[in-house]
Amino acid sequence: MAKQDTWTKKDLTGIEELTRAEIELLFRQADRFLPALAPGKGLDLMKGRTVVNLFLEPSTRTRTAFEISAKKLGAEVVSINTTASSLVKGETLRDTALNIRAMGVDAIVMRHSSAGAARYLGEVLDISVVNAGDGAHEHPTQALLDAFTLRQRFGKVAGLKVTILGDILFSRVARSNILCLSKLGAEVTLAGPATLVPAALKEAFPQVRLAHDLKSALRDCDAVMLLRIQHERQTTTHFPSLGEYTSQFGLNAERASWLKPKAIVMHPGPINRGVEVESEVADGPRSVILEQVRNGVAVRMAVLHLCTKALSR
Amino acid sequence: MNPADPSPLWIRGARVLDPASGRDEAKGDVFVRDGVFVERLTAAEQAKARVQDGKGLVVAPGFVDLNCRLGEPGRTARETVRTGTRAAAAGGFTTVVTMPDSLPAADNVGTIQLLREICARDAAVRVLPTGTLTKGHEGKALAPIGSLKKAGVVAVTDATSGVQNNEIMRRALEYAAMFDLVVLDHCQDSSMTEGGQMHEGAWSLRLGLRGLPRTAEEIVASSDCLLAELTKARIHLQHLSSAGSAEIVRRAKARGLPVTAEVSGLHLLLADSALKDYDTRLKLNPPLREEADRAALVAALVDGTLDAVCSDHSPCTATEKDCEFDQAPFGAASLETTFSAAYEAVVLSGAADLALLVARLTAGPAKALGLAAGTLRVGAAADLVLLDPKAKWIPSAKTLFSKSGNNPLAGRALTGRAVATFVGGHQVHGA
Repeated sequence: MAKQDTWTKKDLTGIEELTRAEIELLFRQADRFLPALAPGKGLDLMKGRTVVNLFLEPSTRTRTAFEISAKKLGAEVVSINTTASSLVKGETLRDTALNIRAMGVDAIVMRHSSAGAARYLGEVLDISVVNAGDGAHEHPTQALLDAFTLRQRFGKVAGLKVTILGDILFSRVARSNILCLSKLGAEVTLAGPATLVPAALKEAFPQVRLAHDLKSALRDCDAVMLLRIQHERQTTTHFPSLGEYTSQFGLNAERASWLKPKAIVMHPGPINRGVEVESEVADGPRSVILEQVRNGVAVRMAVLHLCTKALSR
Repeated sequence: MNPADPSPLWIRGARVLDPASGRDEAKGDVFVRDGVFVERLTAAEQAKARVQDGKGLVVAPGFVDLNCRLGEPGRTARETVRTGTRAAAAGGFTTVVTMPDSLPAADNVGTIQLLREICARDAAVRVLPTGTLTKGHEGKALAPIGSLKKAGVVAVTDATSGVQNNEIMRRALEYAAMFDLVVLDHCQDSSMTEGGQMHEGAWSLRLGLRGLPRTAEEIVASSDCLLAELTKARIHLQHLSSAGSAEIVRRAKARGLPVTAEVSGLHLLLADSALKDYDTRLKLNPPLREEADRAALVAALVDGTLDAVCSDHSPCTATEKDCEFDQAPFGAASLETTFSAAYEAVVLSGAADLALLVARLTAGPAKALGLAAGTLRVGAAADLVLLDPKAKWIPSAKTLFSKSGNNPLAGRALTGRAVATFVGGHQVHGA
C-alpha cells in the first residue's frame, strides 16, 4: 500500500469517505501528537484559529475530548449545546451554520440527531466540518480512536478479529467501526439480539459476520467492542427489558473467560455498569477503556489539524 | 378553464395513438371543432383551421393524472392552481385529480367549492377534486361523503394518512359505493413506519435512517383487496412501490376483485440507491424501493396489473427540502417530468412500446375512476397532447412551470416530452 503524505479533505464527515491510506496517514499524525497529551505540553499549530463545537444532542465525553484536542493545538474553542442553540427557536441548520461562519470560525465540530447532517453541513460551508456523530449514521472519530487503540495494542489492525456487541441497528459507532475496521483489514463480527442485529445488516455490510450466540462471537476474537444499551429505547419493541438484555448479552466475568487470553474489552462510553458490562470486566485487565479515551484526544487533534491545514492550503 | 378556441384545429400528419379506441396510425390527422373531436373538417373549415404539423410527433389523448397536489387551498408557498396546472399542461396532462390533504382539508363542501372557484379562475387543465374519506383525514369518523359527491368530488381518500382501521375502511367502502365513488388508498400500516425516512433495506442500514418496510404497504394492500371482496366496492390502490404489492394486486385481479392500482413515474425509474447522498428531493412516501421492486413495477405496468402511471406531484418549496434528511417533508414535484421518467423506464428500456405507456397515462386511469377523459374518439372533449418522443431536454428549476423547488429530475438528461397540449381544443401549452 502506497503511503499517502498529504491530507486533502477539509471535512471529516464519515469513515465511508476515507481510504485506508488516509486513515493510516491520520494515525501517523496522531502518533506525533501523543507526547502533547502530557500536562503542560500543549502545541500552537492552531494558534489564532477558532473551533466551534455545535452539539445539538447531549454529549459530555466527545465534546470535552474535542475541546481539549483543539486547546492542545492552541485553538480557541466555543461550545454551543442544544439548549443554548438558536435551533430550538426554529432557525434552520443552514442559517445557524452560516451565522457561525460569518463570525470568522475555522472549523465546526457538530453532533446532530439527523443522519447525513454532517455531510449536508460540509456542502453548505467552506470551512472545516468534523462529524462528532450524526444520528445513527456515523461517528468517525470514535471509530478512528478505536482502531488507533487496537493498532497500539496489537501492532496492526489487519488480520484482527473484532466483535461488536450490542445495539448495532441504532448505533453510529457500530457503522463507523464496521467501515473503519474493514478498510484496515480486520474481520468484524456483529453480535446481539436479532432485533438489534437484523439479518439485513449482511446485505448492507457483506464483509461482516452476524452472531446471535454470544459464545461463538466471543470465543476467537481479539477484541470485543461493547456498545451502550440506551435506556430510552427500553420501552420500544426491540428487546423486552434491560434485565433481559443483561441476562442474554451482558459481559460478565464468566463470559469474559470465553475470550482468548490476550483479547481486550473496549467501550465507547458512557458505560452502563451492570447492564452491557459488569464492573469486574470494565475495570479488569482486559479493559482498554481509558486508553481509548486518551487516544481519542490525539486522534481528534490529528483530525482538526489535518482538516484545517487542508483548508488553508 | 378558458373557452374553446373558435377556430377549428387540425393536427396533420402525426402518429396517432388512442388506446381507448384502438386507433394506432403511423401517420394520420386529428380534427377538432367547437372543443370536441370530429371525423373531419369541411374544406372551408380546413382553410381557416389552426394547423399543427405533426411530422415526427405523436398525437395522443391528454394524460389523466389520478394523484397530485396543487397547493390550494392553504399551501400556496408550494404551489398554486395557476402554476400547478401549467406544470400539468407542460407535462401533457389535461385532467388531474387532486388529493384532499390541503389546508384546510377537503373534508367539507365549502373547501371543495372554494377549490372549484379557484380552478374556474386559474386552472389551465381540468382539475377534479377528491374529498377525504374521514374527517380531517384522521381515520376516526367518516367525512360527509354524499355531500362531497354533490359538491363535485370524483373519489374519496385519506391521502398519505391512509386508513389504519379496517372497520372504518369497510364502512367507507360500503358507503362510498352507494354514491358510485371509488375509494383511493395510500397503503401503509403506520404502526410499522413510525420515524421511517426511506425504504428499509441495505441502504437505510448503511445511511443510518429508519426504514419504511415493504411489508407495511403489502399488509394494507392485502387487507384492501380482502375488503373489496367483502364489500364488492371499488378500491384503487395508490402509488404502489413494492414487487409484493404488485403481486397482491395481480392475484386480486385474477380472482375478479374490483381493484385497480397505480404507480408513479419516479417509482418506475429510480431505486433506493439513489438516496446514497441523502438527496431530500427523493424522500418519497411510499419510498423508492430496491431495483428488483422497480423492475417488478415496470413488469406489472406492462402486464396490466397496474392500470395507471400517476405523477404523485407533491410540491414543496426549495427551502423546505434544504435541511437535514429526517426533517425534510416527503414528496417530489413531478407533473412536468412524469412522462419522461416513465418513457425512459418503460419504453427506452425496451419493456413495452409507446402505445402501452400512453394507455397507462390515458385510458387506464380514466377507466379506473370512470372519468370521461383519455380518448380521441369523435365526440369526446378535445383534450390532446403532441409528444416528441425523441426530444432531449434537461429540466431546471428556472424553466419548470411548477412553483415548487423539489423536482428530483431537475438537472438530469431526459428523453421525450410534450411539445403542445390542448384542453377542449384550446392550446394550454407549447408554441
